[in-house]
Amino acid sequence: MDHVDDKPMTRWQRFKDNDIVWSFLSSPGAMIAAAVASVMILACIFAPVIAPFDPFDPAQISLWDGKLPPAWVDGGQSKYLLGTDNQGRDMISTILYGGRLSILVGLAAVCLGMVLGVFLGVIAGYLGGVTDAVIMRLADVQLTIPGILLAILINGIGRAALPYELRDEFAIYVVILAIGLTDWPQFARVARGATLVETNKEYVQAARILGLPSWLIMLRHIVPNTLRPILVIATIGLALAIIAEATLSFLGQGIPPTTPSLGTLIRVGNEYLFSGLWWITLFPAVALIVLVFSVNLLGDWLRDALNPKLR
Amino acid sequence: MSMLLEIDGLNIAFPTRRGTVHAAKSVSLTVKAGEVLGLVGESGAGKSTIGNAIINLLEAPGRITAGSIRFMGEELRDLDVDQMRSVRGKRIGMIFQDPQTSLNPLMTIGAQLVETIEKATTLRGRDADDHAVALLEQVGITEAVARLRAYPHQFSGGMRQRVVIALALAGDPDLIIADEPTTALDVSIQAQILDLIKSLCSERNLGVIIVTHDIGVIANIADRVAVMYRGEIVETGDVAQVLGAPQHVYTQSLIAAVPRADIKLDRFTSVDYIEGTTASFRRVDIQNHWLGKSQQRYHTGSAIEVDQLNLSFVLQKAVFKRNRRMLQAVNNVNFSVQQGETFGLVGESGSGKSTVARLIAGLYKPDSGHINIFGKDINQDRKASNSHAARQALQMIFQDPYSSLNSRMRVLDIVAEPIRFYRLTEGEQETRTIVTDLLEHVGLGAAAALKYPHEFSGGQRQRISIARALASRPRILICDEPTSALDVSVQATILNLLKDLQQELGLTMLFISHDLPVIRQMCDRVAIMRHGEICEVAKVDTFFDTPQHDYSKHLLDLMPSMNLLSDPIG
Amino acid sequence: MLSFIAKRLAQSVLVMAIVSAVSFSLFNFVGDPVNNMVGQDATREQRLEIRDKLGLDDPIITQYGRFVGNMLQADFGLSYRIKRPVDDLIAERLPATLELVFVSAIISLFFGIVLGIYTGIKRNSWISRVILSTSLAGVSLPTFVIGIGLIYLFAVHLRWLPSSGRSGVVELGWWKTSLITLEGWRSIILPAITLSLFQLTLILRLVRAEMMEVMRTDFIKFARARGLSERAINFRHALRNTLVPVITIIGLNIGGLVAFSVVTETVFQWPGTGLMFIQAVNFVDVPIMAAYLVFVALLFVVINLIVDILYFVVDPRIRLGG
Repeated sequence: MDHVDDKPMTRWQRFKDNDIVWSFLSSPGAMIAAAVASVMILACIFAPVIAPFDPFDPAQISLWDGKLPPAWVDGGQSKYLLGTDNQGRDMISTILYGGRLSILVGLAAVCLGMVLGVFLGVIAGYLGGVTDAVIMRLADVQLTIPGILLAILINGIGRAALPYELRDEFAIYVVILAIGLTDWPQFARVARGATLVETNKEYVQAARILGLPSWLIMLRHIVPNTLRPILVIATIGLALAIIAEATLSFLGQGIPPTTPSLGTLIRVGNEYLFSGLWWITLFPAVALIVLVFSVNLLGDWLRDALNPKLR
Repeated sequence: MSMLLEIDGLNIAFPTRRGTVHAAKSVSLTVKAGEVLGLVGESGAGKSTIGNAIINLLEAPGRITAGSIRFMGEELRDLDVDQMRSVRGKRIGMIFQDPQTSLNPLMTIGAQLVETIEKATTLRGRDADDHAVALLEQVGITEAVARLRAYPHQFSGGMRQRVVIALALAGDPDLIIADEPTTALDVSIQAQILDLIKSLCSERNLGVIIVTHDIGVIANIADRVAVMYRGEIVETGDVAQVLGAPQHVYTQSLIAAVPRADIKLDRFTSVDYIEGTTASFRRVDIQNHWLGKSQQRYHTGSAIEVDQLNLSFVLQKAVFKRNRRMLQAVNNVNFSVQQGETFGLVGESGSGKSTVARLIAGLYKPDSGHINIFGKDINQDRKASNSHAARQALQMIFQDPYSSLNSRMRVLDIVAEPIRFYRLTEGEQETRTIVTDLLEHVGLGAAAALKYPHEFSGGQRQRISIARALASRPRILICDEPTSALDVSVQATILNLLKDLQQELGLTMLFISHDLPVIRQMCDRVAIMRHGEICEVAKVDTFFDTPQHDYSKHLLDLMPSMNLLSDPIG
Repeated sequence: MLSFIAKRLAQSVLVMAIVSAVSFSLFNFVGDPVNNMVGQDATREQRLEIRDKLGLDDPIITQYGRFVGNMLQADFGLSYRIKRPVDDLIAERLPATLELVFVSAIISLFFGIVLGIYTGIKRNSWISRVILSTSLAGVSLPTFVIGIGLIYLFAVHLRWLPSSGRSGVVELGWWKTSLITLEGWRSIILPAITLSLFQLTLILRLVRAEMMEVMRTDFIKFARARGLSERAINFRHALRNTLVPVITIIGLNIGGLVAFSVVTETVFQWPGTGLMFIQAVNFVDVPIMAAYLVFVALLFVVINLIVDILYFVVDPRIRLGG
């Protein structure tokens, strides 16, 4: 019956019927990962509300309370459930605030890389010719050097370029810039690939016959169709960005110890590891691992869900 | 003579998340040695599934749920994995549709042949090589010894399929299952491959099951035919009898839907059985309807005039000009299309017909020559030709229904895009009314507007494309193989729709196809293209009855003859 | 073939040119080179003298030219902090890094490819599931966390292996290797495992994805239809087609290893170029940063070139055109 007369599905029905959502609801691993990730992420975002102390406020830190072990160990206090670090900051609060920083930096960096990469990739793929050659050459050149090295370099230069007093304050922005700038070639490559596929499709030709200007075709028709593969890269990218920030901080190049991220905490803890203060390293490390793990799990599931061939 | 293959009451089911799909319901077939059985049906009928099931290569999660498959008296379903593996290749061979992907691109064809030979026979080393050469020669590949060391990508499509056939024959099987063996090939090559299969069948006394959607192929080489519809066999019998005097309503509809090449009918017979297509065309009052209110242009000449058109593509880039390889896609092409007529462009793939269409649509710029639409050269004054008025007059419908619509947009937005872009209405409300009106007009119904393309079938998507094309009120419609990707029954309805629209709106149509019978039914005049050049331009009846050019005659010869079909209706 | 190599060479030169330009800018625009050399209390005459000696008042192009010239002779001047020629420093520490990368590469490639193929073929066995879950964990563990964890476990707790540094070093000409002594192996094994883990899991998942992709192709289906054994299909057909794209992975792998060696060397205080680099960044010791950048770029350019040529050799579609 060519004549279509059954009612279109309501928004909610369409949502549930969507392959992605269905795949999610039938995969226990994905649901657990999402639950864990959500709890962690929400806890971190609401850190200012939940945390018992504000570890970034010098007034609330007392050096006397420094280096206390977790509450269940001899010498610990119930006030500081997971112990304190060398400066006297409560571990739970510091982890929450630190996690918040890690997530924020990761998200911001990935967004930067994604926007830049998609923009350049779509232009390169659609316009072709010299534009394509230049942009892709640029991406190739940048890809010759592995991301983390480039991030260290950009970060180092960025910091060196800032006047001494401002370095700590602007450190977070430099880190975001560094990681985001190293990310864009991946996004550009994927976006360009998807653009090439879409440009060959006949609906783009129909739009061109219509007389739509190039920028409108790219924006309305091409970009939405590149989002699927981009999202997959983005989740991997998020995990990698979080790791990158942690690595930079661990190397002393990232977020400074006055407002530590999880990586900075691990670095600080490392110095006290051999003196037996294991909790300053362990808890932030566990938090970091859990965070990255759940992001990866979600990314894995998303990749499978978005892959039409596996259905 | 006892049966080579006996299938009885076969049921195949595919559990999906939306319920179980029954790909085959109670299917029964027989094949004798030395005979060719055609298994014909449209897409989704389940015919390929049968082939896969015989050699137990069903794609997961498909399962055979009931029935028996007896091969030379032996029940295949009772065999275990190893036994089945030894049946494959040695006693039953299979050929798939796309020769490009059937061969391992990293191994020489000699290696692939020898590997199969050594597995299926006791031949080794030198003997295996010799046997490989012999096989290649049997399938018509010359210089076989040298070819053994070649890689698949160095062969053309037809040659690759011959290699595939050689591979299937390597184990000296008694039964060959050929799944759409010629669909991916050019028309002229198709005939050769079909002849090859037919001769191998009689030489070696093989049983052959040929699975296809193309009735022409069946008419060509099958002895008996089984017609499948939605998982069931609706009719079986000798080819002459089934095609000449079909018993089942579906078979009758199917055959009636096939475009005839002997005489031009007013309309295609509507295929009522298939999915109850009863959507009759609702004529509109063209004077008062929105569709009729296009800008009145009083141009007395031809609608399209193509003059000395040339275009070449760069095949291989190189720094030095002389090393560049160019392909002359369009070579000094001239023709004109009168207002209100349907002009056909015919040719095989690579003939340049699609390129000409795209040049006229403005998607490419010619190297030299002129294209005049209603008297105005579209490449002369880019500003003028890019103006909305000029662009609105010409719209295009494409071949692939799955890539001609943006899957992320709702049908409403797809069809409304031209209206909104050209600002053809006063406001959004009027736009919506017009869109739903158009959707009704092409037979889809207003409810389609809020759906997404993936919710529609191929034929329905083409209707959406037609609605979109009409939305700008064009006067010229270019149809680039609009039904080549559709089932025969759906093709009939779409072509009827196009015919009706043309009559109603007085459209000029440029119709591109490689399918000669369709051309006969649709066009007034036709131009034949080959290698970028026009060989002949003639009125359609003249062309079919008395072709002038050698190539035209060649093409007409290649048309599968449907002499066995029933007499014309009325 | 010739044009292909020529194109890749041209691209490599382009990369090196850009890298050298960036490197040069580092020198001139990050901080004040004169300050870095003589410190705060130098007199005005001393500064002018240094400026003249360094040629800092010449036009930029001349300075750049001089820089490139020096670069081609591997002369990057003196380190600001250590006050020794940079190329000496790099030469001294290069063997440590190269050996570490070498051992890690072997570990990650071998296990990554083997396990990737296994999980690709036997998709549903429980071993595969375990390997896959562990690999997911592996990708989630930052290198430095692994390093710290391993040190704590093996060095502090169990006291089986040294916790830092490179021991058991033997001199072979100008190359100082630690791979011939048992002591050397004891000290390299933890850093190598740390470095290889991340790459190992990446390779594993990539190979597995490739393998599964290949198993779905038509020619595998056709091979089955011809009655070929599973073994023949897996190893003769699928493997060959999987390994072709894996070759690019080898290039990326080595790149990643060199990059993360910076982290590993820091955790284990391994005296390689990575540790030197990070110390240089901390101090804004520009000559070392610039030199490291150039050397690393050169290394990767060479690796990419080799990978491209390998690709060319292995895939007949590229080699024979047609």
